Amino acid sequence: MPDGWDVVIGMEVHVQPRTRTKMFCGCAVAPLNAAPNSYVCEICLGLPGTLPVINKAAVEACLKSALALSCEIPRHTKFDRKNYMYPDLPKGYQISQYDLPMSVNGHLELNGRKIRIRRVHLEEDTGKLVHAGDKLHKAWESFVDLNRAGVPLMEIVTEPDLRSADEARDYAMELRTLLRMIGVSEADMEKGQLRAEANVSVNREGSSELGVKTELKNINSFRALHRAILYEVDRQTKLIESGGAVEQETRGWSEAEQRTFSQRSKEFAEDYRYFPEPDLPPLEIDPDWVEDLRRTLPELPGARRTRLTSQHGLSAAQVAVIGGDRDLADLYEGAVAQGAPTQPTANWIVNEVAPTGKLLAPQHLAELMQMMGRDAISRDQAREVMPIQRPWPTTEAGRSRRCRH
Amino acid sequence: MLARLGLEPGEEEFYSEQLSSILEHIDRLQQLDTETIAPTAQVVEVSNPLREDVPRPGLTQEDALANAPAAVNGMFRVPSIQEET
Repeated sequence: MPDGWDVVIGMEVHVQPRTRTKMFCGCAVAPLNAAPNSYVCEICLGLPGTLPVINKAAVEACLKSALALSCEIPRHTKFDRKNYMYPDLPKGYQISQYDLPMSVNGHLELNGRKIRIRRVHLEEDTGKLVHAGDKLHKAWESFVDLNRAGVPLMEIVTEPDLRSADEARDYAMELRTLLRMIGVSEADMEKGQLRAEANVSVNREGSSELGVKTELKNINSFRALHRAILYEVDRQTKLIESGGAVEQETRGWSEAEQRTFSQRSKEFAEDYRYFPEPDLPPLEIDPDWVEDLRRTLPELPGARRTRLTSQHGLSAAQVAVIGGDRDLADLYEGAVAQGAPTQPTANWIVNEVAPTGKLLAPQHLAELMQMMGRDAISRDQAREVMPIQRPWPTTEAGRSRRCRH
Repeated sequence: MLARLGLEPGEEEFYSEQLSSILEHIDRLQQLDTETIAPTAQVVEVSNPLREDVPRPGLTQEDALANAPAAVNGMFRVPSIQEET
């Protein structure tokens, strides 16, 4: 980050939990490339006289995510209407959560530092707009596909605790690892299942006065997130150094031009007139329910990494690969439990399993590693005979992905 | 939505009377003293009506678009939307 400047970043990440149906209606969640408006019903089309009903699986996914992020889960929560007129939501409002979110005050540990999580709440996704005409400036008409309208989304909001583009990217990646590991989402950015927005501001080093922030959107990869923040920090510092002032605004990331651009001016001052959703009774979160969900959580990535380091003596690079994926970590620990040597096995998983996607059974890997240890077979031969038990990834999310598409 | 209701000639008076009486009623509600009453979002004494995550049939694309003023290639067509300023 630039000399003489402090960078302050807060993140808002939207994650689509792995559910079969939408947030408030029984429509199946559409597969990618489904025909437009073929996964819709009276409720998600916002037709008059329809009523929403909350999807229990989405609530549970949100609560599990909140628990994995060490959040507090208040007993009472409710949904609110966020009003805005835009054709991507035909009701004229989005059902979201305003002042009583599902969970608050958590944190995610990142490289030994706690990044505070302000809240994790549930809401519904919007439809997709396609603009015809000159892409950026002169759309002649717009087309609406409402397959995504009403799909559940968890919104995970940090405090402004991130200090660099690297850290923001690492946070988003760690969040993805965590959510995949607890099985609540595939969290695939390219499929739009994880969408990151960054609030970025800069101030003179050591100054207690926070700078004016801009909100970065349209980011569809971790690399784009990193580049968008680097670009924005550079733009803001140069602007201030040349006597200008940063304007509070939403800026999009243009992948083609590798720059951020102003998306929404102040004229569209955000006034969403939030009010409690009258069509949904409040939710009462029973502490017993929360405890039941807590018991279903697997060991979290942080704890697992610590064990891989302290018990097995793996290097940071090995832990980064093996500890970041439940299947690989299970394979490693399973093989070692059956007598496979720690270091060669870790290296084999990092070099031969992770890149190829060929997952094998722990006992087979243990046998293979022991045979190689005795020089009974060469590395090439081992690669040749490596019995693939199943393709990888094989997490529930990965499996359902293959079923659905 | 109300603004888009089409009225037949002769209905104007009928509906203007109805609308006036609704507005009068709201005026009357405004006079109530609610100083000591907590904001009430819900009067139905039901909580946690959750739905199992089981898909059920929705509408076909044809039915979904049936009442749309304009549709093209399976999508609703709306006037140009510009975010860019």
